[in-house]
Amino acid sequence: MFLSRPARIVLRLFSVAVIAVLYFPLLYVMRLSVATSHGFTWPPSGLTLEHWRSATEASGPRDALGNSLTIAFWATVVALVLGSLAAAALSRYRFFGRNVINLMLVLPLALPGIITGIAFSSGFARLGVDLSRATLVTAHATFCLVIVFNNVSARMRQLSSSLDEASADLGADQLQTFWYVRLPLLASSLLAGGLLAFALSFDEIIVTTFTAEGGFQTLPLWIFQNMFRDTSLPLVNVTATFVVIVMIVPVYVAQRLTDVASGGRT
Amino acid sequence: MKKRYRVVVAATALVLIAGACGSDDDGATDTPSAQDEIGEGEGAVSILAWPYYAEDGSQDPNFDWVSKFEADTGCNATVKYFGTSDEAFTLFGTGDYDVVSASGDSSMRSVASGDAAAINTDLLTNYGDIADFLKAQAWNSIDGTVYGVPHGWGANVLQYNSDVVTPAPDSWSAVFDAASPYAGKIAAYDSPIYIADAAVYLMATQPDLGIENPYSLDETQFTAAVDLLKAQKPLLAEYWSDYVAYEDNYRAGSTVMGTSWQIIVNTLQADDPPTAVDSVLPKEGSTAWSDNWMVSSKAEHPNCAYEWLNYITLPDVQAEVASTFGEAPANLKACDSIADHCTQYHADDPAYYEQLHYWTTPTEECLDGRSDVECKDYAEWVAAWTEIKG
Amino acid sequence: MGRGLDRDQGLSTSRRRRAARFVSSHRGIRLGGLLAGPLLWLVVAYIGALVALLVTSLFHNETTGIVTTIVTEPGLENYRTIIDTPVYRDVALRTVRAAATVTLIDLAIALPLAFFMAKVASPRSKRRLVIAVTMPLWAGYLVKGYAWRAMLNPESGLLREALGFSPGYGIWGTTITLAYLWLPYMVIPIYAGLDRLPDSLLEASTDLGGKAGRTIRSVVLPLLVPSIVAGSIFTFSLTLGDFYVNRIFGGTTQFIGNNIYSNFGVNLPLAAAFATVPILIMGGYLLAARASGALEEI
Repeated sequence: MFLSRPARIVLRLFSVAVIAVLYFPLLYVMRLSVATSHGFTWPPSGLTLEHWRSATEASGPRDALGNSLTIAFWATVVALVLGSLAAAALSRYRFFGRNVINLMLVLPLALPGIITGIAFSSGFARLGVDLSRATLVTAHATFCLVIVFNNVSARMRQLSSSLDEASADLGADQLQTFWYVRLPLLASSLLAGGLLAFALSFDEIIVTTFTAEGGFQTLPLWIFQNMFRDTSLPLVNVTATFVVIVMIVPVYVAQRLTDVASGGRT
Repeated sequence: MKKRYRVVVAATALVLIAGACGSDDDGATDTPSAQDEIGEGEGAVSILAWPYYAEDGSQDPNFDWVSKFEADTGCNATVKYFGTSDEAFTLFGTGDYDVVSASGDSSMRSVASGDAAAINTDLLTNYGDIADFLKAQAWNSIDGTVYGVPHGWGANVLQYNSDVVTPAPDSWSAVFDAASPYAGKIAAYDSPIYIADAAVYLMATQPDLGIENPYSLDETQFTAAVDLLKAQKPLLAEYWSDYVAYEDNYRAGSTVMGTSWQIIVNTLQADDPPTAVDSVLPKEGSTAWSDNWMVSSKAEHPNCAYEWLNYITLPDVQAEVASTFGEAPANLKACDSIADHCTQYHADDPAYYEQLHYWTTPTEECLDGRSDVECKDYAEWVAAWTEIKG
Repeated sequence: MGRGLDRDQGLSTSRRRRAARFVSSHRGIRLGGLLAGPLLWLVVAYIGALVALLVTSLFHNETTGIVTTIVTEPGLENYRTIIDTPVYRDVALRTVRAAATVTLIDLAIALPLAFFMAKVASPRSKRRLVIAVTMPLWAGYLVKGYAWRAMLNPESGLLREALGFSPGYGIWGTTITLAYLWLPYMVIPIYAGLDRLPDSLLEASTDLGGKAGRTIRSVVLPLLVPSIVAGSIFTFSLTLGDFYVNRIFGGTTQFIGNNIYSNFGVNLPLAAAFATVPILIMGGYLLAARASGALEEI
């Protein structure tokens, strides 16, 4: 290692400090979820499991969580399909407009959410399309696309086309080659891209505000609407804590799978 | 391939530009007329409401008066909550909702844009029991055509930390005084409609301006109000919009005084231990809000919408809503069951509510009847508000 | 094609094989087929909506009585208003300054952290650290914003009690909170970039006599430019468009996002014109970033 020992120690301490600061607000929220004090005031006081208990009866956060998972799932699926198609096209063929398309793909993510939100909202209004789950998935998939695209493109660049030629030499047609040769090799990038796309869609609030239909609440929307109610604030804290704790396992598993799929080294 | 690609792009572009340049919503010049009778329920209704106005138990299992409505009428209700009047206006404009509980700063905008339908008050079973001073006013009707059914109202009171702010204030000068000892800890309401509060103060302190209606301000009057608010900004700790966060600031002590709602005062006083706040209606009077239920001109379930209007104005439902949210009920019969609440909120107290100027949407046509000048409309209030906040 | 072993002597697979042969011999169809979906989606759904929005910015509102309509006569009044009104200029500049500050703060924190994660930490810790950095993203933006609000209270928040002072709810409070919220988005691309950097490169640099500082400056950072730019695209654009944090903190500071949001229902053409400011800024940023190869690191 080219860094001196003191430098490594400082780096380690710094990293621990950053992680601590990163998690402090989460621990604060967790503490609030069992507190009797009102609002978000510091310091929280009192200890009660009442909020957790009544959370089991509340249908609002449960439904909202389900909705968020559903939307994120479909947005990820669409992004995976379209993102890999686009990656296949752009990484293998050179043609006029390739750079332009690359730039266009990044736009939905690079432009602030409020712009994407109002663009879609007025776009749907103009086309006379009612807001629905489909419009929400459309909006989310659009900014998730580029994440899948980039992950898959990067991986495709690493793969040589000689694999395809070898497959053809062995008698496989284009579709067989795709299914049996290309896809498995792309697995890790699809997984990594898909996971990040899912996370992005799950926590998204600004675009969602403008493109979700009437009574439909994703988790961020539910949280937002309950921030205005004192009686529901503890429920919000319980829900946020719950989601973080619960998501640790799937995220860990997904990370392991990504590592395995990429052969232990990305 | 290159050629085909270019054609595709060009064709798509043409379609888009053609669509974009097509006519947009022409604001309705004739408003949709009210229906004649309540027909058979459509089986569903879509409600857009302030938090605590249409509770169905999903947000908080303790509050639920929508379920009974669904059972009684067979209209399955979906409720969406909004946080600000601007959101209400925008969402209602999409036409996805049948009814909305609109405050005066968005209600008339919805009428002007053709989003709201006229309401046939003959179809309303409880309309007669609603307090007269709330019906057919500037914020829910035009020339006798009713667009909004009163739901409940509340005054914007002056709240202050009773431990810190002594002696107790009795005038809005407390929040406008440049030499205030509480500078940096005062709060104002985060909405362009707050300009009216400055106007109310000017009505008392600068009578030469001739302001009759704080929502009807000509160039000179408007500039005076805006200047007052610009001068106020350095005194402020916050412009509040989320009242839970606002409460937290009083608990923490970073805000000690400002315009507020009775529900906030009550909540803070009910803390354990109680937060030391008190409220007063200053001698200059104040602004207030009166929320009304409006029906969408594009309502998909108009019959269920009317069923909702009739349900939400029932005395016992009004009592439940008023005590949950912390407001004065519109239907005075509700006070039979919540007499103390009604006293505290001055539900039937003319001496109180005559000092109030209820939120109304400012329009170019002066609301106080002057025809020799043009008043500032809401878009200009929004622009001025941005300028005030810097 | 078709050389080698045919599994079923070419009988029932003929339709699929014919399609495959057709597709593989027509490059155009392959390309078109692959691109059709995403292209249609993007161009029609998103770009189209953006164009429509920009076109709306050329219109203006007209009020007669209480009725307001959007007059579809193209003109540049909205843009003139934005340029001429001091407060709108101030808000735009303030937002850009904040975006730059947030980016720099996050960069300063992310670089050492990502370096530790990629090059110094043990393989097991590495995976745990990656998960640790991304988990807060699941807690929700709003909840974290409100937690910071409580911590930043100038009178009795955590920072005031622990440090004796607090940045409060003004521009600095907003900046710090935004830096906190977007930190993972800066760490992840930089970590990925560092992870791809072969250790052998660093060893070679040491062998050639380079001390740690020199190696970092001359070898690591230049190779990290695409990742840094990719991360900065996130932090910059997320700050440019934000309007919730300001509202949570009491609205005394305004960003472009607040202006867009407050005008959305009242004066759509003006809101659309405001929206072009971040579009132009990010568009320019992206074009500049393209050269560095950052677009592929997002």
